[in-house]
Amino acid sequence: MKKWSICFSVAAAMTVASCFVVSSVYGLSAAYESNIYNPKDLKPTDSILKVAKGDPAPDFSLPSVAGGLITLSSLRGKNVVISFVPAAWTPVCSDQWPGYNIVKEIFDERNALLLGITVDNIPTLYAWTKQMGDLWFPVLSDFWPHGKAADSFGVLRSDGMAERAIFVIDSHGIIQYIDVHDINSRPSLESIVNALDAIVQ
Amino acid sequence: MIRFFKIALLIASVAIFPFTEVGIANPPEAGEVFRQLKLPFPEKKEHRQYLGVKKGESFLIRDIEADVVIVEVLSMYCPFCQVEAPKVNELFSMIQSDGNLNGKVKIIGIAAGNSRYEAEVFTQKYAVQFPVFPDADFTIHKMLGEVRTPYFIGIKNEGKKSRVFYSKLGAFGDTGDFLKQLISMSEIENQGVSK
Repeated sequence: MKKWSICFSVAAAMTVASCFVVSSVYGLSAAYESNIYNPKDLKPTDSILKVAKGDPAPDFSLPSVAGGLITLSSLRGKNVVISFVPAAWTPVCSDQWPGYNIVKEIFDERNALLLGITVDNIPTLYAWTKQMGDLWFPVLSDFWPHGKAADSFGVLRSDGMAERAIFVIDSHGIIQYIDVHDINSRPSLESIVNALDAIVQ
Repeated sequence: MIRFFKIALLIASVAIFPFTEVGIANPPEAGEVFRQLKLPFPEKKEHRQYLGVKKGESFLIRDIEADVVIVEVLSMYCPFCQVEAPKVNELFSMIQSDGNLNGKVKIIGIAAGNSRYEAEVFTQKYAVQFPVFPDADFTIHKMLGEVRTPYFIGIKNEGKKSRVFYSKLGAFGDTGDFLKQLISMSEIENQGVSK
Protein backbone atom coordinates (compact mmCIF):
# COMPACT_ATOMS: atom_id res chain seq x y z
CA MET A 1 0.00 0.00 0.00
CA LYS A 2 2.84 2.28 0.96
CA LYS A 3 4.54 1.53 -2.36
CA TRP A 4 1.43 2.47 -4.29
CA SER A 5 1.18 5.65 -2.30
CA ILE A 6 4.76 6.53 -3.22
CA CYS A 7 4.03 5.61 -6.83
CA PHE A 8 1.09 8.00 -7.08
CA SER A 9 2.97 10.72 -5.20
CA VAL A 10 5.82 10.52 -7.68
CA ALA A 11 3.36 10.58 -10.57
CA ALA A 12 1.57 13.61 -9.13
CA ALA A 13 4.84 15.44 -8.52
CA MET A 14 6.00 14.80 -12.08
CA THR A 15 2.69 15.99 -13.45
CA VAL A 16 2.79 19.20 -11.44
CA ALA A 17 6.43 19.81 -12.32
CA SER A 18 5.69 19.37 -15.99
CA CYS A 19 3.21 22.24 -15.86
CA PHE A 20 6.11 24.61 -15.32
CA VAL A 21 8.13 23.56 -18.31
CA VAL A 22 5.54 23.89 -21.04
CA SER A 23 6.61 25.88 -24.02
CA SER A 24 5.44 29.44 -24.38
CA VAL A 25 2.53 29.54 -26.77
CA TYR A 26 2.21 33.29 -26.96
CA GLY A 27 3.35 35.19 -30.01
CA LEU A 28 1.10 32.91 -31.95
CA SER A 29 -0.28 35.40 -34.43
CA ALA A 30 0.57 34.66 -38.02
CA ALA A 31 1.44 38.35 -38.26
CA TYR A 32 4.88 37.58 -36.82
CA GLU A 33 5.58 34.22 -38.34
CA SER A 34 9.32 33.62 -38.51
CA ASN A 35 10.10 37.01 -37.00
CA ILE A 36 9.85 36.22 -33.32
CA TYR A 37 12.84 35.31 -31.21
CA ASN A 38 11.81 32.90 -28.49
CA PRO A 39 13.93 33.33 -25.35
CA LYS A 40 12.07 30.38 -23.75
CA ASP A 41 10.87 30.61 -20.18
CA LEU A 42 12.61 33.32 -18.17
CA LYS A 43 12.77 34.03 -14.47
CA PRO A 44 9.25 35.31 -13.77
CA THR A 45 10.41 38.60 -12.22
CA ASP A 46 13.93 39.90 -11.77
CA SER A 47 13.81 43.32 -10.14
CA ILE A 48 12.76 45.04 -6.94
CA LEU A 49 9.95 47.56 -7.07
CA LYS A 50 10.88 51.09 -6.10
CA VAL A 51 7.33 52.39 -5.92
CA ALA A 52 4.14 51.35 -4.17
CA LYS A 53 0.44 51.99 -4.53
CA GLY A 54 -0.26 55.50 -3.27
CA ASP A 55 3.14 56.88 -4.32
CA PRO A 56 3.49 59.67 -6.86
CA ALA A 57 4.56 58.12 -10.16
CA PRO A 58 8.20 58.88 -11.05
CA ASP A 59 8.25 61.37 -13.89
CA PHE A 60 9.88 60.66 -17.23
CA SER A 61 10.23 62.14 -20.69
CA LEU A 62 10.64 59.56 -23.41
CA PRO A 63 10.75 59.71 -27.20
CA SER A 64 7.72 58.33 -29.00
CA VAL A 65 7.81 56.23 -32.15
CA ALA A 66 5.38 58.75 -33.64
CA GLY A 67 7.85 61.56 -32.92
CA GLY A 68 8.40 63.99 -30.07
CA LEU A 69 8.81 63.47 -26.38
CA ILE A 70 6.07 62.45 -23.99
CA THR A 71 6.36 63.59 -20.39
CA LEU A 72 4.28 61.73 -17.85
CA SER A 73 3.63 64.77 -15.64
CA SER A 74 2.17 66.65 -18.61
CA LEU A 75 -0.69 64.12 -18.71
CA ARG A 76 -2.26 65.20 -15.39
CA GLY A 77 -6.04 65.25 -15.60
CA LYS A 78 -6.08 61.87 -17.32
CA ASN A 79 -5.68 58.42 -15.85
CA VAL A 80 -2.63 56.77 -17.35
CA VAL A 81 -1.97 53.08 -17.90
CA ILE A 82 1.69 52.26 -18.46
CA SER A 83 2.41 48.94 -20.11
CA PHE A 84 6.08 48.05 -19.78
CA VAL A 85 6.99 45.07 -21.93
CA PRO A 86 10.39 43.36 -21.96
CA ALA A 87 11.48 43.57 -25.57
CA ALA A 88 10.40 43.88 -29.18
CA TRP A 89 10.21 40.75 -31.33
CA THR A 90 9.65 38.40 -28.40
CA PRO A 91 6.68 36.06 -27.98
CA VAL A 92 4.37 37.41 -25.31
CA CYS A 93 5.05 41.08 -26.02
CA SER A 94 4.06 40.70 -29.65
CA ASP A 95 0.66 39.37 -28.57
CA GLN A 96 -0.12 42.02 -25.99
CA TRP A 97 -0.42 45.52 -27.46
CA PRO A 98 -2.44 44.42 -30.53
CA GLY A 99 -5.18 43.43 -28.09
CA TYR A 100 -5.13 46.88 -26.48
CA ASN A 101 -5.32 48.32 -29.96
CA ILE A 102 -8.94 47.20 -30.41
CA VAL A 103 -10.21 48.52 -27.09
CA LYS A 104 -9.53 52.25 -27.29
CA GLU A 105 -13.11 52.90 -26.19
CA ILE A 106 -12.51 50.99 -22.96
CA PHE A 107 -9.74 53.47 -22.13
CA ASP A 108 -11.69 56.50 -23.40
CA GLU A 109 -14.71 55.63 -21.28
CA ARG A 110 -12.45 55.64 -18.23
CA ASN A 111 -10.66 58.90 -19.08
CA ALA A 112 -7.49 56.91 -19.55
CA LEU A 113 -4.44 57.10 -21.79
CA LEU A 114 -2.25 54.10 -22.52
CA LEU A 115 1.51 54.35 -22.86
CA GLY A 116 3.48 51.38 -24.18
CA ILE A 117 7.14 51.34 -23.16
CA THR A 118 10.08 49.07 -23.91
CA VAL A 119 13.84 49.50 -23.59
CA ASP A 120 14.29 49.11 -27.37
CA ASN A 121 15.40 51.95 -29.59
CA ILE A 122 13.05 53.85 -31.89
CA PRO A 123 13.96 52.11 -35.19
CA THR A 124 13.38 48.69 -33.65
CA LEU A 125 10.09 49.78 -32.11
CA TYR A 126 9.02 51.31 -35.42
CA ALA A 127 9.59 48.06 -37.33
CA TRP A 128 8.02 45.89 -34.64
CA THR A 129 4.88 47.92 -33.98
CA LYS A 130 4.29 48.32 -37.72
CA GLN A 131 3.41 44.62 -37.71
CA MET A 132 0.61 45.36 -35.26
CA GLY A 133 -1.31 47.76 -37.46
CA ASP A 134 -1.81 51.42 -36.56
CA LEU A 135 -1.59 51.63 -32.80
CA TRP A 136 -3.75 54.38 -31.31
CA PHE A 137 -1.56 54.77 -28.23
CA PRO A 138 1.98 56.16 -27.97
CA VAL A 139 4.85 53.70 -27.93
CA LEU A 140 7.83 55.09 -26.04
CA SER A 141 11.49 54.16 -26.13
CA ASP A 142 13.30 53.79 -22.81
CA PHE A 143 16.50 52.97 -24.66
CA TRP A 144 18.80 55.76 -23.52
CA PRO A 145 19.84 56.26 -20.81
CA HIS A 146 19.10 52.59 -20.95
CA GLY A 147 15.99 51.64 -19.00
CA LYS A 148 16.05 54.80 -16.89
CA ALA A 149 12.27 55.07 -16.68
CA ALA A 150 11.83 51.35 -16.00
CA ASP A 151 14.50 51.56 -13.31
CA SER A 152 12.78 54.53 -11.64
CA PHE A 153 9.73 52.30 -11.14
CA GLY A 154 11.91 49.35 -10.15
CA VAL A 155 11.07 47.17 -13.13
CA LEU A 156 14.42 47.00 -14.92
CA ARG A 157 15.66 43.42 -14.96
CA SER A 158 19.30 42.48 -14.44
CA ASP A 159 19.64 41.62 -18.15
CA GLY A 160 18.59 45.14 -19.23
CA MET A 161 15.04 44.24 -20.26
CA ALA A 162 12.01 45.65 -18.52
CA GLU A 163 9.57 43.54 -16.60
CA ARG A 164 6.16 42.88 -18.08
CA ALA A 165 4.43 45.36 -15.81
CA ILE A 166 1.27 47.40 -15.66
CA PHE A 167 1.03 50.64 -13.68
CA VAL A 168 -2.24 52.49 -13.42
CA ILE A 169 -1.77 56.11 -12.42
CA ASP A 170 -4.68 58.34 -11.55
CA SER A 171 -5.35 61.81 -12.91
CA HIS A 172 -3.36 63.35 -10.03
CA GLY A 173 -0.26 61.34 -10.84
CA ILE A 174 -0.64 58.83 -8.01
CA ILE A 175 0.01 55.14 -8.60
CA GLN A 176 -3.19 53.20 -7.96
CA TYR A 177 -2.38 49.76 -9.32
CA ILE A 178 0.78 47.75 -9.91
CA ASP A 179 1.10 44.38 -11.61
CA VAL A 180 4.64 43.20 -12.13
CA HIS A 181 3.55 40.19 -14.06
CA ASP A 182 5.29 36.91 -14.73
CA ILE A 183 7.37 37.85 -17.78
CA ASN A 184 6.32 34.62 -19.49
CA SER A 185 2.61 35.35 -19.55
CA ARG A 186 0.27 38.17 -20.47
CA PRO A 187 -1.74 40.13 -17.92
CA SER A 188 -5.44 39.79 -18.59
CA LEU A 189 -7.25 42.73 -20.08
CA GLU A 190 -9.86 42.61 -17.34
CA SER A 191 -7.23 43.21 -14.66
CA ILE A 192 -6.48 46.58 -16.27
CA VAL A 193 -10.14 47.39 -16.76
CA ASN A 194 -10.91 46.52 -13.13
CA ALA A 195 -8.06 48.72 -11.93
CA LEU A 196 -9.35 51.64 -13.99
CA ASP A 197 -12.90 51.04 -12.79
CA ALA A 198 -11.68 51.20 -9.20
CA ILE A 199 -10.31 54.69 -9.88
CA VAL A 200 -13.31 55.92 -11.83
CA GLN A 201 -15.66 54.84 -9.05
CA MET B 1 10.85 -0.11 -6.35
CA ILE B 2 11.99 0.41 -9.94
CA ARG B 3 8.77 -1.21 -11.09
CA PHE B 4 6.75 1.31 -9.09
CA PHE B 5 8.79 4.18 -10.48
CA LYS B 6 8.07 2.92 -14.00
CA ILE B 7 4.36 2.84 -13.21
CA ALA B 8 4.58 6.37 -11.78
CA LEU B 9 6.29 7.50 -14.98
CA LEU B 10 3.54 5.91 -17.06
CA ILE B 11 0.78 7.59 -15.02
CA ALA B 12 2.50 10.97 -15.25
CA SER B 13 3.00 10.58 -18.99
CA VAL B 14 -0.68 9.90 -19.54
CA ALA B 15 -1.75 12.74 -17.23
CA ILE B 16 0.37 15.35 -18.94
CA PHE B 17 0.14 13.97 -22.48
CA PRO B 18 -1.59 16.89 -24.23
CA PHE B 19 0.30 19.55 -22.28
CA THR B 20 4.00 18.83 -22.56
CA GLU B 21 6.25 19.83 -25.39
CA VAL B 22 6.67 16.16 -26.14
CA GLY B 23 2.94 15.53 -25.83
CA ILE B 24 1.68 18.55 -27.74
CA ALA B 25 -0.50 17.24 -30.52
CA ASN B 26 0.35 17.89 -34.14
CA PRO B 27 -1.87 20.27 -36.08
CA PRO B 28 -4.82 18.43 -37.62
CA GLU B 29 -4.17 17.13 -41.10
CA ALA B 30 -6.65 16.79 -43.93
CA GLY B 31 -7.87 13.23 -44.22
CA GLU B 32 -7.27 12.19 -40.64
CA VAL B 33 -9.89 11.43 -38.04
CA PHE B 34 -10.36 14.50 -35.89
CA ARG B 35 -9.37 14.08 -32.28
CA GLN B 36 -12.51 15.29 -30.55
CA LEU B 37 -12.42 18.49 -28.50
CA LYS B 38 -14.48 18.82 -25.39
CA LEU B 39 -16.08 22.24 -25.36
CA PRO B 40 -18.12 23.84 -22.59
CA PHE B 41 -21.88 24.03 -23.03
CA PRO B 42 -22.58 27.46 -24.58
CA GLU B 43 -23.81 30.08 -22.16
CA LYS B 44 -25.91 31.95 -24.70
CA LYS B 45 -29.22 30.52 -25.80
CA GLU B 46 -28.72 31.57 -29.42
CA HIS B 47 -25.43 29.68 -29.51
CA ARG B 48 -27.00 26.57 -28.02
CA GLN B 49 -29.70 26.73 -30.65
CA TYR B 50 -27.21 27.40 -33.44
CA LEU B 51 -25.07 24.40 -32.51
CA GLY B 52 -28.02 22.20 -31.65
CA VAL B 53 -26.15 20.64 -28.75
CA LYS B 54 -28.00 18.88 -26.02
CA LYS B 55 -27.89 20.20 -22.50
CA GLY B 56 -24.90 19.13 -20.47
CA GLU B 57 -21.64 20.41 -19.09
CA SER B 58 -19.77 19.93 -22.32
CA PHE B 59 -20.07 18.66 -25.87
CA LEU B 60 -17.88 17.37 -28.66
CA ILE B 61 -17.50 18.59 -32.23
CA ARG B 62 -19.35 15.48 -33.40
CA ASP B 63 -22.30 16.52 -31.21
CA ILE B 64 -22.81 19.71 -33.22
CA GLU B 65 -25.87 19.42 -35.39
CA ALA B 66 -24.07 19.94 -38.69
CA ASP B 67 -22.47 18.01 -41.50
CA VAL B 68 -19.51 20.35 -41.51
CA VAL B 69 -17.97 22.39 -38.71
CA ILE B 70 -15.47 25.13 -39.45
CA VAL B 71 -13.20 25.84 -36.48
CA GLU B 72 -11.33 29.13 -36.42
CA VAL B 73 -8.49 29.34 -33.91
CA LEU B 74 -8.11 33.02 -33.12
CA SER B 75 -7.03 35.47 -30.47
CA MET B 76 -8.18 38.91 -29.45
CA TYR B 77 -4.49 39.82 -29.38
CA CYS B 78 -3.76 38.67 -32.93
CA PRO B 79 -3.75 41.49 -35.50
CA PHE B 80 -4.38 39.14 -38.43
CA CYS B 81 -7.43 37.70 -36.63
CA GLN B 82 -8.70 41.23 -36.17
CA VAL B 83 -8.31 41.93 -39.89
CA GLU B 84 -9.89 38.59 -40.81
CA ALA B 85 -12.89 38.97 -38.48
CA PRO B 86 -15.17 40.79 -40.97
CA LYS B 87 -14.43 38.14 -43.59
CA VAL B 88 -15.27 35.31 -41.23
CA ASN B 89 -18.49 37.15 -40.43
CA GLU B 90 -19.16 37.34 -44.16
CA LEU B 91 -18.57 33.61 -44.42
CA PHE B 92 -21.04 33.06 -41.60
CA SER B 93 -23.65 35.26 -43.32
CA MET B 94 -23.17 33.51 -46.67
CA ILE B 95 -23.74 30.14 -45.05
CA GLN B 96 -26.74 31.31 -43.07
CA SER B 97 -28.40 32.88 -46.10
CA ASP B 98 -27.87 29.84 -48.31
CA GLY B 99 -30.84 27.51 -48.04
CA ASN B 100 -28.65 24.53 -48.91
CA LEU B 101 -25.98 25.27 -46.32
CA ASN B 102 -27.90 26.81 -43.46
CA GLY B 103 -27.97 24.28 -40.66
CA LYS B 104 -25.50 21.99 -42.41
CA VAL B 105 -22.34 24.07 -42.13
CA LYS B 106 -21.52 25.78 -38.83
CA ILE B 107 -18.66 27.86 -37.50
CA ILE B 108 -17.12 28.03 -34.06
CA GLY B 109 -14.17 30.02 -32.76
CA ILE B 110 -11.53 28.97 -30.25
CA ALA B 111 -9.98 32.03 -28.59
CA ALA B 112 -6.49 30.73 -27.77
CA GLY B 113 -5.05 32.22 -24.61
CA ASN B 114 -8.04 34.50 -24.15
CA SER B 115 -10.08 34.78 -20.98
CA ARG B 116 -13.85 34.79 -21.19
CA TYR B 117 -13.77 38.59 -20.96
CA GLU B 118 -11.21 38.86 -23.75
CA ALA B 119 -13.12 36.47 -26.01
CA GLU B 120 -16.25 38.52 -25.37
CA VAL B 121 -14.39 41.74 -26.22
CA PHE B 122 -13.45 40.21 -29.57
CA THR B 123 -16.98 39.04 -30.36
CA GLN B 124 -18.48 42.39 -29.36
CA LYS B 125 -15.89 44.40 -31.26
CA TYR B 126 -16.48 42.54 -34.51
CA ALA B 127 -20.14 41.61 -33.95
CA VAL B 128 -19.31 37.93 -34.26
CA GLN B 129 -22.50 35.87 -34.28
CA PHE B 130 -21.08 32.37 -34.07
CA PRO B 131 -19.92 30.99 -30.70
CA VAL B 132 -16.36 31.76 -29.65
CA PHE B 133 -15.02 29.61 -26.82
CA PRO B 134 -12.35 31.07 -24.53
CA ASP B 135 -9.27 28.90 -24.10
CA ALA B 136 -7.47 30.90 -21.43
CA ASP B 137 -4.94 28.26 -20.46
CA PHE B 138 -4.31 27.09 -24.05
CA THR B 139 -5.61 23.59 -23.30
CA ILE B 140 -7.52 23.32 -26.57
CA HIS B 141 -4.79 25.18 -28.44
CA LYS B 142 -2.25 22.56 -27.39
CA MET B 143 -4.58 19.79 -28.52
CA LEU B 144 -4.69 21.49 -31.91
CA GLY B 145 -0.92 21.50 -32.21
CA GLU B 146 -0.31 25.08 -31.03
CA VAL B 147 -1.17 26.43 -34.44
CA ARG B 148 -0.59 30.08 -35.21
CA THR B 149 -3.59 32.29 -35.69
CA PRO B 150 -5.90 32.70 -37.46
CA TYR B 151 -6.10 29.02 -38.31
CA PHE B 152 -9.02 27.30 -40.00
CA ILE B 153 -9.95 23.67 -39.65
CA GLY B 154 -12.72 22.10 -41.70
CA ILE B 155 -14.26 19.07 -40.04
CA LYS B 156 -16.88 16.74 -41.45
CA ASN B 157 -19.06 14.92 -38.98
CA GLU B 158 -19.50 11.28 -39.90
CA GLY B 159 -21.68 9.82 -37.21
CA LYS B 160 -19.65 8.98 -34.15
CA LYS B 161 -16.42 10.32 -35.58
CA SER B 162 -15.34 13.40 -37.44
CA ARG B 163 -12.82 13.78 -40.22
CA VAL B 164 -10.57 16.72 -41.05
CA PHE B 165 -10.81 17.86 -44.66
CA TYR B 166 -9.17 21.29 -44.38
CA SER B 167 -6.44 22.59 -42.09
CA LYS B 168 -4.63 25.78 -42.92
CA LEU B 169 -3.01 28.85 -41.40
CA GLY B 170 -3.81 32.39 -42.38
CA ALA B 171 -6.26 34.51 -44.27
CA PHE B 172 -8.49 32.58 -46.64
CA GLY B 173 -8.74 35.13 -49.44
CA ASP B 174 -12.02 35.60 -51.27
CA THR B 175 -14.88 34.50 -49.06
CA GLY B 176 -17.04 33.07 -51.83
CA ASP B 177 -14.14 31.06 -53.23
CA PHE B 178 -13.27 29.80 -49.78
CA LEU B 179 -16.82 28.64 -49.19
CA LYS B 180 -16.88 26.85 -52.54
CA GLN B 181 -13.57 25.23 -51.65
CA LEU B 182 -14.95 24.06 -48.32
CA ILE B 183 -18.05 22.59 -49.91
CA SER B 184 -15.99 20.86 -52.56
CA MET B 185 -13.40 19.46 -50.14
CA SER B 186 -15.99 18.29 -47.65
CA GLU B 187 -17.89 16.58 -50.49
CA ILE B 188 -21.19 17.53 -48.94
CA GLU B 189 -22.47 18.56 -52.38
CA ASN B 190 -22.82 14.84 -52.94
CA GLN B 191 -25.32 14.89 -50.13
CA GLY B 192 -27.65 17.35 -51.82
CA VAL B 193 -25.77 20.61 -51.31
CA SER B 194 -25.09 22.57 -54.48
CA LYS B 195 -21.76 24.31 -55.10
